[in-house]
Amino acid sequence: MSVMVDIRSVHKSFGTLDVLKGIDLQVRTGEVTVVLGPSGSGKSTLLRAINHLEKVDRGAISVGGTLIGYRRSGDKLYELPEREVLKQRTRIGFVFQDFNLFPHLSVLDNVIEAPVSALKRPRKEAVDDARRLLDRVGLADKADSYPGQLSGGQQQRVAIARALALKPKLLLLDEPTSALDPELVGEVLDVIKDLAGQGATMIVVTHEIGFAREVADTVVFMADGRIVEQGPPAQVLDDPRSERTQAFLSKVL
Amino acid sequence: MSSDTLAKVPVDPQIPPERAETLRIVPHRRFGQWTAAVVVLVLLGFAVDSVLRNDAFQWDVVADCFTADSVLRGLWLTLWLTAVVMVLGFALGALLAVFRLSANPVLRAVSWGYVWLFRSIPILVQLLLWFNIGALYPHVFGVKTVDLFSPIAVAIIGLTLHEAAYAAEVVRGGILSVDRGQIEAAQALGLSRWRRLWRIVLPQAMRSIVPPAGNMLIGALKGTSIVSVIAVSDLLFSAQLIYHRTYQVIPLLMVVTIWYTVVTSLLGVGQYYVEKHFARGTKAAR
Repeated sequence: MSVMVDIRSVHKSFGTLDVLKGIDLQVRTGEVTVVLGPSGSGKSTLLRAINHLEKVDRGAISVGGTLIGYRRSGDKLYELPEREVLKQRTRIGFVFQDFNLFPHLSVLDNVIEAPVSALKRPRKEAVDDARRLLDRVGLADKADSYPGQLSGGQQQRVAIARALALKPKLLLLDEPTSALDPELVGEVLDVIKDLAGQGATMIVVTHEIGFAREVADTVVFMADGRIVEQGPPAQVLDDPRSERTQAFLSKVL
Repeated sequence: MSSDTLAKVPVDPQIPPERAETLRIVPHRRFGQWTAAVVVLVLLGFAVDSVLRNDAFQWDVVADCFTADSVLRGLWLTLWLTAVVMVLGFALGALLAVFRLSANPVLRAVSWGYVWLFRSIPILVQLLLWFNIGALYPHVFGVKTVDLFSPIAVAIIGLTLHEAAYAAEVVRGGILSVDRGQIEAAQALGLSRWRRLWRIVLPQAMRSIVPPAGNMLIGALKGTSIVSVIAVSDLLFSAQLIYHRTYQVIPLLMVVTIWYTVVTSLLGVGQYYVEKHFARGTKAAR
């Protein structure tokens, strides 16, 4: 299978704090990669770097064979103008921990905003698509509601539909259930599982070990800005080699 | 209160459950409040009485002049001058706010400097400076400066530059009030910088911009009366022209007062609906 995401020796620091200390990671098309790790391990930063919300200090990230955020010429990387980066981002869906739906726009307007304004698709077509997507996340009847009228779980499902509206080839989910009340976690995970079942390429940062075991093709364990261990869930979760992973799993399981 | 004082309170400690429903609650009588209300109402009554029975107010003259042609023309000038100044002031102010929040240090410094300068100069001093600008630059683009800077042009320029400095801060505060995650979400969706500002940030910023902007609008409406010093015939100046001729100073000032009150009240009503519009999707709207 082809490689969708190729991350090569990525470094990133915030001031004197080194958040990513040389990350190498490949994600194959159609696979689900779940990133686990204690808070501060750099997993969210890595995810944000993939769609260039965070600029890296060293290293390179490509998605679908295209270098993200830069143009390479010889051994130099030239930063792309924002317009180009924005175009690249329309091929990568991003779902935030706290949803970040636009509160002043209806659910439908949230979903069609990017297809209409960034991809210049005809409004009618975008609306039809949006209604299909809302139906798929089980919220067909909420199209005219405002985000504030929905539960956290419903908001996150709208956020997923909004990300899918761009027909991305890669979906990044940053702790999609961490801001939810416990009884609402399931409905969001179900939607993500459903997408995984349909062959979407996803990278999910999460603390849901059960979800990782069930859905992930690869589990990546990060700590202190490095990838400590990666492999199939059965290996990383049930038979971890590193002590760091063992210690983490013994606390969360 | 110690437990033995509590024990001395002479109430029936045991309320039988079947009686609890029939007990009547007697509100505490607030005699102080009643006294204060009566005193204030009496004082107010004296004030109203003194106004109504004081012939010097000349209410008949007020009624005659209220809709006099020159007064209405003055009112019209006040209204459109306010509208022009607010629109131009907020356009320039929004630009300054965007400069101030930009990544470019030169734009940030220019915006900061502008706000600092124009908030420092009293509007009256500024109007007089523009009015006398011909002394500094006798000709602009080959035209005589005094022809270019008519009183009304001076009024528009001076008031706009003044309002823009305040509008810049109001708009900047509004933009800063929008959650950072909103901008990130818009960036992640590939929305252009312009689209992010117009579609995502500004509509949400409006919720915190409208109340101070309403204040500014009402302030600007009354503030335009300052242009009477450079002989622009606004509402106040038109009234002054009449009373300089007739010496009916107080009645004409009452005409002006009533008109300003009427327009300000209408603006307040308008602000209510504008606020309601921009509260879409928030708890306040439901």
